[in-house]
Order: sequence, then C-alpha cells, then structure tokens
Amino acid sequence: MLGEFIQYLFSGLTSGAIYALVGLGFALIYNASHVINFAQGEFVMLGGMGTVFLAAAGVPLPLAVVVAIIGTACVGFALEKLAVEQTKNASVVTLIIITIGASIVLRGAAQVLFDKQFHTLPAFSGDEPINVLGATITSQTLWVLGITALIVVVLQWFFNRTLLGKAILATSVNPLAAKLVGINVSFVLLLSFGMSAALGAIAGVLITPITSTNFEVGIMLGLKGFSAAILGGLGNPFGAVIGGLILGIVEAFGAGYISSEYKDAMAFIIILLALFFMPSGLFGKKGTERV
Amino acid sequence: MNEATPMSPRPSSASTANISRPGDTTPPGAPERPAPQAPGTPRTGAGSAGRPRQGLKARLMKPRTGGLLVLAVVVAVLPAFLQNAFHYDVAIQIGFNAIVAIGLNLLIGYCGQISLGHAGFLGVGAYFSAITVTNFGWPPLLSLVVAAVVVGLLAFVIARPILRLKGHYLAMATLGIGLIISIILNQEAQLTGGPDGMIVDPFTVFGFEFKKPWHWYSLVGGLLVIAAWLSLNIIDSPVGRALRAVHGSEVAAEVVGVDTTRYKVMIFVVSAVFASVVGSLGAHYIMFLSPQEASFFHSVELVIMVVLGGMASTFGAVVGAATLTALPQFLTFLEDYEHLIFGLILMLVMIFLPKGVVPSLAALFKRGGEK
Repeated sequence: MLGEFIQYLFSGLTSGAIYALVGLGFALIYNASHVINFAQGEFVMLGGMGTVFLAAAGVPLPLAVVVAIIGTACVGFALEKLAVEQTKNASVVTLIIITIGASIVLRGAAQVLFDKQFHTLPAFSGDEPINVLGATITSQTLWVLGITALIVVVLQWFFNRTLLGKAILATSVNPLAAKLVGINVSFVLLLSFGMSAALGAIAGVLITPITSTNFEVGIMLGLKGFSAAILGGLGNPFGAVIGGLILGIVEAFGAGYISSEYKDAMAFIIILLALFFMPSGLFGKKGTERV
Repeated sequence: MNEATPMSPRPSSASTANISRPGDTTPPGAPERPAPQAPGTPRTGAGSAGRPRQGLKARLMKPRTGGLLVLAVVVAVLPAFLQNAFHYDVAIQIGFNAIVAIGLNLLIGYCGQISLGHAGFLGVGAYFSAITVTNFGWPPLLSLVVAAVVVGLLAFVIARPILRLKGHYLAMATLGIGLIISIILNQEAQLTGGPDGMIVDPFTVFGFEFKKPWHWYSLVGGLLVIAAWLSLNIIDSPVGRALRAVHGSEVAAEVVGVDTTRYKVMIFVVSAVFASVVGSLGAHYIMFLSPQEASFFHSVELVIMVVLGGMASTFGAVVGAATLTALPQFLTFLEDYEHLIFGLILMLVMIFLPKGVVPSLAALFKRGGEK
C-alpha cells in the first residue's frame, strides 16, 4: 500500500516538475510582455529532439545538451525579435495566434529537420532502479527533481539579488516606469524569451530519458504548463511551480487510484474547479481593474 | 496594452455612445432605426458611412443589406466556377467553417471573450447526431435540433461560471472544457468508436437523401446566408450595441445599466449552437466522424479563422474561414514543408495585419475613397 503510494507520489512529482518548468517559462514571458506564449511546449520538444540528434551526429552527450539548450534559447530570442517585437499594440487574441503560428512553424521545422519518429536518450546516471519504501524509482527521477529544485533556487536568487533580475521584475510591474528609470525594456523582453526557451529546453532534456520525445510532444506539455501557470496565478513564477507540482500529483494519483484513461482530463477538471472558486488562480493577484 | 479591455482589437472609443437602454430588448430583425452613431465608429464589412438619413446607396453600402446581398450573389454564382467534386468539397467545407466562424466572431469580435474550446461544442453536436441517427435510428433533422438544444443547454450551464473569468483565465477555462470533451470522446469507445472514429449514416430529410455535391452546396450555402443574416441582425440590434459596449469597457457598460453577464451568456450559447449545427451536418456530410473534430487544434483553427479574417466583422469571419480552409489545399504540393509554410503565412499575416484581413483592407479602401 505504502509502496504504491510512494510510487504514485514520485511519478507525480516527476511530471509535476516538468510542468513546473514549462509553467515557469509561461510566467517569465507573461511577466515581461503580457504575452501567453503557446510555443512554450515546442521549446521542450526542441531541447529533447535537439539533444537526440546532436548526440546521434557524434557530439558528446554533455556538449549536445548544452548546445541544444543554447540553440533553443536562440529560437526564443528570434521569436521575440522577429515576431513579438514587431507587433505593437496587437490585441491579446492576435498575439495568441502569432505564438500558435510560431508553434506550428517550430513543429513543421522539427518534422523536416529531424523526423517523425520517437526518440529517447540514455538516463544521466544509468538505469539502476532505487528502492524507496517499497517503491521503485529510477535515478532519472531524482535528476528531474534535483535540477528543477536547483533552477527554482537560482531563479529566486536571480530575481531578488541581482540587478538584472530586479530589472525584469520592475519591467513586469510597470514597463513605462521601468523605462523611465533607465531599464532597457526591450533587452529585458529579449532576455525573458531566451530564459523561457532555455527552461523549456532543460525540461525537454530531463524528461526525454523517461518519456521519450517526438516532434509533437510539445503540444500536451505546453497545455499542461499553461495550466500550471494559470493554476498558480499568472505572473507568479513560484505559483507556476506549485501549480505544476499539484497538477502532476493529481494526475498520478488520479491515474493510479481512479482511472488511467482519464489521466489527462484530471488536470483540466482540477483547473476548472480551481478557477470557478478562485478566478485568478491560487496565488494570483486579486486584480483591481483600472477603469 | 489597455488593461481594462484585455482583448480590445480597436480603440475603446467605440460604441459607448450608443449603448442600449436597460430593458431595451427589441428582438433582432426589428425595423431599423436611424441609429445615432458616433462619427468614426468602426462598422463591419464594407465600411458604411452611417449617416442619420439613408438613401438607397447608403443603405446598399451597409453590411446588413449590401454585404448580405454580395454574399448571397457569391454563393449563387460560385457553382459556375466549380468544375469538379473536389472543388465542391472545398466550397462546402468553407461554408461549414464560415458558419462556425460567424458564430464565434460574435463572441470574440463583439463580446471580446475568447474561446479555445468551441470545437468541443461542435464535437458534442456531431457525436450526438451521429450516435442517435446511426445507432438508434432517429430522423437526422430531429437529431440535429435536439443536439443543438443539448449543446445550447450545456453552453448555458457552463457559461455563467466561466464567463466571470477574464482574459487568459477565460482562455484556460474554455480550453479545459474543450479538452475534457475531446478526451471523453476518445475514451468512451463503445459509444463513439474512440480514436478510430465511427461511420455515420447519410443525411435524409423526409425521405430525401442529400448525396450529390450540389445538394450539400445548396444546403450549406443557404445556411451560410441565414447565419450571416442572423449575425448582422444581432449586431445591429440593441443586443449588438450592448455587446459592443461590453467590449469597449465592461465596467462602463455595467454602470449605464447593461446586464453584461446576460448578454455574454446569450452570445456564448448562440455561438455554441452554430457550432453544434455545423457539427451535426458535417458528420452526415463526411459520413465519418473522429474525435479530431473536437480537438484542441480544431478549436484553435476556428479562432484563427475569426482573427485572420478580422475580428468584429461578419464577412471577415467568412473570408477567414475561406482562407484557412482553402490554404492547406493549395499547400499540399509542399508535402513535408506544408506546416512550416502554413505557420509562417499565419504569423506574417497576423504581424502585418493585426486587425485581420477584411478590416485592414476596408480601412485602406476607405482612406483611399475619402481623399
């Protein structure tokens, strides 16, 4: 019984950590630009697929990981520079469609550049399972949890302790005021897109040994990450992390104890219930509307 | 970005000047009053001048008369250019999509409420018809009507709690509902056939079977004109003015006494019913139904049609539907590059014509005409 429980808990925490990283990406971009980037899931796909194909081309795995993450960050820069920055005063719906367009482009490019097969990566430290209180956990699970925790700590430090991080926070509160005190707002925007893309790519690399990857893997991960960001309250990066973990755990226990067919539906039912009672998410600001 | 109007496609100066009085609920299609209109208020389609007294010419320039006439003529004349069954098929698919887009445009373009889950309503309508007709032998027309009622009720029940949400939270909620419907359709395989889909009986009305392309073309063309007529009448009625007020500023609309929730719920239900009817007919037309109909991507496609054609423009929705339906057919020769190019076209259009094709062109036309 306990073993089963621990098993579900770890499986939930693992996928939850991935949702959290994707959700963090949504939150970073939303904070800086008020854009919901529906291409976020494609960053995850690019990280995983990029690593797989670089490794297949003979690049040593650690280098392949780094290059894939940097490459994905460059795609993030390009998305900001070539698409989002070109649209001044576009409505929210228009921006959503542009990022959806970007996600179609990235999927289409991946299909041509890579292929349509499923691929996987070797686990970072071997496939030796670990026994925890009667549950069997792979070492990759620990990698996912550890790196996610590390990223959260580093981001916390970055936003609270560094000038650049504070500049990003200031821009998210009020772009005009930030500009007035000398913050280079367009650089902040660029940086946010790059950081989000890199976070997505890291998530992609981490999850590939567990779930494998293909060019369409970003769709569902993107939607789950968006759900995590919304559940936590948009614009609250650490809300997104909590939201992601909650979603992952709910899914795992729902699939384990209730119905594995409706695993994906559980996440969305939770979201709907949460929104009905808390229209701005768990930790969202109670928005007072300016008229 | 203006925070009070999260989805405003145009300056919110529009339409606070002509909000309906509370309780002023003349049904759509009431005799037209010379509506006092703020100068420069954007109108749909052909760019009407909106003068208090209207001659025949001004009347013809109005979308509700002139535009509808153009649409009817296009629908009537188009078969002369359709050379084979494939052309007919594309035209019929355009018609189906255009009807859904017209309904969705009322919600997105006029209420300013986004929905990323309308394919879910389309799917419920489609599966309700398909299952009742094919498995239980209901008459198709009866199924279609009952499906529309069921979907209308479903939309009504979920509209109140979800339309309280704003902006991205609303997008998330509609997305969630659409995905849940799509997952149910995939999983309940003994009823729906699951991911493999199901075969659907043909559409028969009082013994007459729709099977020739031109049967379907006439049916869909007729429905398209009716849908456009309904939409234009809703927009020109006090309901439409109230909606534009909601879009301009929901708080301002509430302050002057518009029951914003009621109007939003009403339009949500109307747009869901449009989708349901198209879903039912589409299932009979293709005679095959798979959960793809209700997928997230289909919902997104429907929203793209509205935004690409031009928000708050009934004919924009038609143009958007035509473009998005026909474009992939022209791009098939690109094979593997099809999605890449399609996405690029989508991004470029939205970056350079953020208000959509029809309003951007109409503005250009108008500016040229005034000089």
